[in-house]
Amino acid sequence: MTARRGLVLDVDRTTPPIVFHHGEGFRFEKLPTGSRVVYPNEPIDPIEDVDSAIRHALANPVGDSPPLEALLTPGMKLTIAFDDISLPLPQMQAPDIRGRIIEQVLDVAAASGVDDVHLIAALALHRRMTETELRHAVGDRVYDAFAPNGQLYNFDAEDPEGLTHLGETDHGEEVVISTRAVESDLIVYVNINLVSMDGGHKSVATGLSGYTALRHHHNVDTMRRSKSFMDQENSELHTKNWRQGRLIRDSDIKIFQIETTLNNDTFPSPWDFLQKREWEMSSKDRVMLLGTKKVLDKIPRRSARSIFQGIRAPFGLTSIQAGEVEAVHEITTENVYKQHLVRVEGQTDILSMGLPYLGPYNVNSIMNPILVACLGLGYFFNLYRGKPLVREGGVVIMSHPTPWEFHPVHHPSYIDFFEEVLADSTDPEEVEKKYEKRYAEDEWYRHLYRTSYAYHGVHPFYMWYWCSHALEHVGQVIVVGGDQRAVKRMGFRSATTMRDALEMATDVVGRDPTLTHIHNPPVLMADVV
Amino acid sequence: MITESLSGKRIAVTGSTGFLGTALVERLLRSVPDCELVLLVRPTRRNSAERRVEREILRNDAFERLRSQWGDEFDEICQRRVAVVSGDVSSEGLDLSEADRQIFVSCDVIIHSAATVSFDSPLDSSIEINLLGPNRVLDLLKEASATPHLIAVSTCYVAGNRRGAANEEFLAGTPFQVDVDWRAEVDAARRTRADLDARSRIPERLTSFRRGAREELGAAGLPMLAAKTEQLREAWVNDQMVEAGRSRATSLGWPDVYTYSKALGETALVELHGDVPVSIVRPSIIESAWTDPAPGWIRGFRMAEPLIVSFAKGELNTFPGYPEGIIDVIPVDMVAAAIIAVAAKGPETKPEVFQVASGSTNPLQFKKLLNTTMEWFREHPVYDANGHPTASTEWKYAGSSGLEEQLGRVVKAFDLAAKVINRLPIRGENSFTSKFAERRQNLDQIKGYVEIYGAYGKCEALYGIERTLSLWNSLPSKDQSEFGFDPSVIDWHHYITEVHLPTVVVQARVKTSPEKRTGPSRSERLRGAVLDPDRHFAAFDLENTLIASNVVESYAWLATRHLGTRKRVEFTLKTLSETPGLWRRDKRDRTDFLRHFYQRYKGAPIDELEADAAEMLSELILIKAFPAGLRRVRAHRAAGHRTVLITGALDVAVEPLRPLFDHIIAASIDRKDGKLTGEMLDVPPTGEVRAQLMVNWAIQNDLDPAQGVAYADSASDLPMLEAVGYPVAVNPETRLVTIAERRGWLTENWPKTAGAPKPLLPMGQRPRIRPTYQGAHS
Repeated sequence: MTARRGLVLDVDRTTPPIVFHHGEGFRFEKLPTGSRVVYPNEPIDPIEDVDSAIRHALANPVGDSPPLEALLTPGMKLTIAFDDISLPLPQMQAPDIRGRIIEQVLDVAAASGVDDVHLIAALALHRRMTETELRHAVGDRVYDAFAPNGQLYNFDAEDPEGLTHLGETDHGEEVVISTRAVESDLIVYVNINLVSMDGGHKSVATGLSGYTALRHHHNVDTMRRSKSFMDQENSELHTKNWRQGRLIRDSDIKIFQIETTLNNDTFPSPWDFLQKREWEMSSKDRVMLLGTKKVLDKIPRRSARSIFQGIRAPFGLTSIQAGEVEAVHEITTENVYKQHLVRVEGQTDILSMGLPYLGPYNVNSIMNPILVACLGLGYFFNLYRGKPLVREGGVVIMSHPTPWEFHPVHHPSYIDFFEEVLADSTDPEEVEKKYEKRYAEDEWYRHLYRTSYAYHGVHPFYMWYWCSHALEHVGQVIVVGGDQRAVKRMGFRSATTMRDALEMATDVVGRDPTLTHIHNPPVLMADVV
Repeated sequence: MITESLSGKRIAVTGSTGFLGTALVERLLRSVPDCELVLLVRPTRRNSAERRVEREILRNDAFERLRSQWGDEFDEICQRRVAVVSGDVSSEGLDLSEADRQIFVSCDVIIHSAATVSFDSPLDSSIEINLLGPNRVLDLLKEASATPHLIAVSTCYVAGNRRGAANEEFLAGTPFQVDVDWRAEVDAARRTRADLDARSRIPERLTSFRRGAREELGAAGLPMLAAKTEQLREAWVNDQMVEAGRSRATSLGWPDVYTYSKALGETALVELHGDVPVSIVRPSIIESAWTDPAPGWIRGFRMAEPLIVSFAKGELNTFPGYPEGIIDVIPVDMVAAAIIAVAAKGPETKPEVFQVASGSTNPLQFKKLLNTTMEWFREHPVYDANGHPTASTEWKYAGSSGLEEQLGRVVKAFDLAAKVINRLPIRGENSFTSKFAERRQNLDQIKGYVEIYGAYGKCEALYGIERTLSLWNSLPSKDQSEFGFDPSVIDWHHYITEVHLPTVVVQARVKTSPEKRTGPSRSERLRGAVLDPDRHFAAFDLENTLIASNVVESYAWLATRHLGTRKRVEFTLKTLSETPGLWRRDKRDRTDFLRHFYQRYKGAPIDELEADAAEMLSELILIKAFPAGLRRVRAHRAAGHRTVLITGALDVAVEPLRPLFDHIIAASIDRKDGKLTGEMLDVPPTGEVRAQLMVNWAIQNDLDPAQGVAYADSASDLPMLEAVGYPVAVNPETRLVTIAERRGWLTENWPKTAGAPKPLLPMGQRPRIRPTYQGAHS
């Protein structure tokens, strides 16, 4: 059976209310006649024999690369780096694809007499993964074999001895990566390429790097010139990452890149109604949906959060390719696009989106207001190719409860960013100029990043920069059903209902505007023509 | 005539730092250009007499007019015309140096206006100042055989609680005053003090003071509790003396100890004056100026104002008095002018009395005062902190005693509630306790004012002013226009609405417009001071100041980390079930509690403890931390201050917080063979020890405690808070709320992060193998 393509639905009088994600819950919104709803493609049929596919990829690399086995020699130093907790979203049902690939890589290495192996969670400035999370990613067998003697660990971008300065690109961008990686004879990087920005040279150049190098592209100017950062052809972020990656390649650092793509099968039963089109829902789906909503609206947010954070996606593998970074990434991108791209004709005055409970930075954590903004204006807004879905000067309406809540362990610098920085200014450029350095170099945040489970001190700034393209492009941002104080702090406007939000939007875009809603997740990327 | 008569004269003034005194000094300097002034001023602990004159008199806004008139010459003229002598009317010989004595006795006129005007002074201090004060001046003059004109300022209310006319005559020997011997009163007052002091020292009383101190301060350590106990004892004696004063005065027919002592003072003066010519000026209730130095000028918060403001704020709607009663108010400039006129006229051989009052010639009825006030506030509403106008209600009149009783009951209820609250484990974070303390203080004030004012509401005497008026009539018109003291010229409506109330609202600092405050708030100013780069260091308590946890929780966490799930829960529940007992022990004596509790660490392996503590940072400490507190620690560092953590928690447990602090003072347990012995190495840093350790650390590092900031949450941290120049109460418990408020300390309410996980029990998560932080490079 071939999966059905996504579609753009024109709302008419018979269209049922649309299900909006709304944090740890949903809203049903009856959209005005004439609105459009963009639905994602249905999950592509997955590869059935995953282990054979992995074996095949390792033995038949693409681009200018010998098979993995040929790269391994006794006594060599091997480093296996893998994507961290931010991928995939939600976490996938065990066994995680990373673990399955790593097991095979280790088998080949063992057969080739390689013992000096390190496994590193390539988390850049993200928080360290806990034991449970690492176990989920690599599997118990790998964990128990390597963690106890210190061969499996989280990358530390603030370890003064752990980083090596490789040089500067011809554009003056410093390139700094893990010393262990530099000293290794081979780096095998295991990717999960959930969206089109993941992987490629970004894997090592960013994942195993730190603030000194990242600040060259994690900044307002770069983000504003990445239109969008999901579209490699037009992403300044991509360009800079590629320059850094090529310098790494040219420094004689050997990378064997493994990239995987997943299908859109995001929600397991009983949550699978979330990836159905409303008019196709069965009576059982409807009962589940209504019942779930009733329950979620009643229980404390804390409980709802732990229910949602428990969801494990039944993702299926759609492709795996290994070998030389750029050649691998080209195939990967094609496969990602195949699952995500949905053709949309023309822009819209108002773009609405229902923001779910999860983004890359709140796995097993709390989606704080900054992450809400980043998910909507950073990720969802940028999931376009060609032109942004919303016209310049248009309005973005996001639905999310946006509570004034933070995870004290994971997001300590976010708390201060929200209380101190955003209270002063919401202008990304001013924020960057005035506060970034202090937060990036703060001793306490550094300590928490290194020894606790905190995102780096500078991370909330990156989240805010992620929004800067959208903030420059749109005329107004309205949050439906959010905590008014928190929404106001970020410089957005609050509306209690979608109807109010649409009414408020007319102040900016005039009477009778066009409205397009993106029905995401499952993930879709608008191909705007 | 007045200026000529006083020209070239040397005039001494006592009580010049008071309301009337200041008005007198200003008026004499401005309107009698050729006189010299000698001001007898009592030095205080902080300021010399000269400095007080400079700060409290010459810088008062009464002198604005003179400053603009004299311009740059102001200082020079004051220097030339004003001599300051340092003395105290409550001491024999006025405590004057020989040189100052010479100056003082060489004066031509002495205006004795020094008094304790408080209506609820202790019996003996009223006697010493109001009764014996004038006598001491007399003695000094007699001793020097000097005979200047002594003008003693008294009060119309020496007439006591009687109805009808009270004229300008001495009361001694008339039926209006009970025939008491003032000498016997003096002896009795001194004896009462000695008796009460002795009674305050009996064991039962001392025990109750000690209990009181503990109730107020909690486990603040011995020295502080001892100091507080002594303070309570003295306060008790004082309260008893106040009560003795009040009851003695009322038993003899005076409204309060002030009028009683003033009346006896007059009697003594008349009896003893000998060759010294004496005049007595009796004003009624002195209020803001009619015209001089500026309309509405007032110094300090007088009698009626607090009540008026309470009314405007909607805090009080009942007035102690009767609508048709007369409130005898006289503007301060009229009193000053009358005194100067008396001085210029010169004395008679027999002492004369001049009354300066409005009641008999231009009476002001309560209802006129209150209705006018009410109308005025309707047009000029007072706004609350949120910018909402406060409702002004109709006044109700109550005989003052009824109101007093009513307020008394409320205060009692409040005190009872406070006792209960003090025992509850609630804190300032919900601002309930802080609001409570504020209301309580307000109530105290109002009650005080009502008591005072009520006494005057009861006086229904009409004070005759024939002699004063005949002096007025004898003045040439030039003097009359320069030194007005005829009360019949006062238009009360104008006085209340245009002169008095506009200054009252300014003095009381109430909001008269709905606008939000433009400048920084008090807290913002204090916060600015605390973070000023000139500060030297910031000391932080840990529990409930930076994190909402305690030693019991961290112990339970650490101890359970390596247990199986069932055992873990059992152990934690058992430890927690002991909490009430531990808590009681903690309240009694924290040092004792810690010693007792830390024995549980006996045998704990240090290596494991250190690794576990690193994990506890993420799983317990950060979850329960106050982010604003951690932010503040770093703000201090950014300001260049040294930071120090002072806690009774175990050093191993707080080690992960080290990057925040330059220095950590914590409890430590002796180690042997890689294990803890359970015995503490030193006295743990609690109570006064904590203050000592902090100060020692500061001094060793060349830091000045006066430039130190300290953050703590409980009254038991008082020694530490008091040892620095900038104390900050964080999420204070009720006792500390009250103390902080009274002393004007900065109070911070730091919440936990909203959304933080809420583990049911403080239990460690068992690592399945080992923590993952040991990377390749560690």
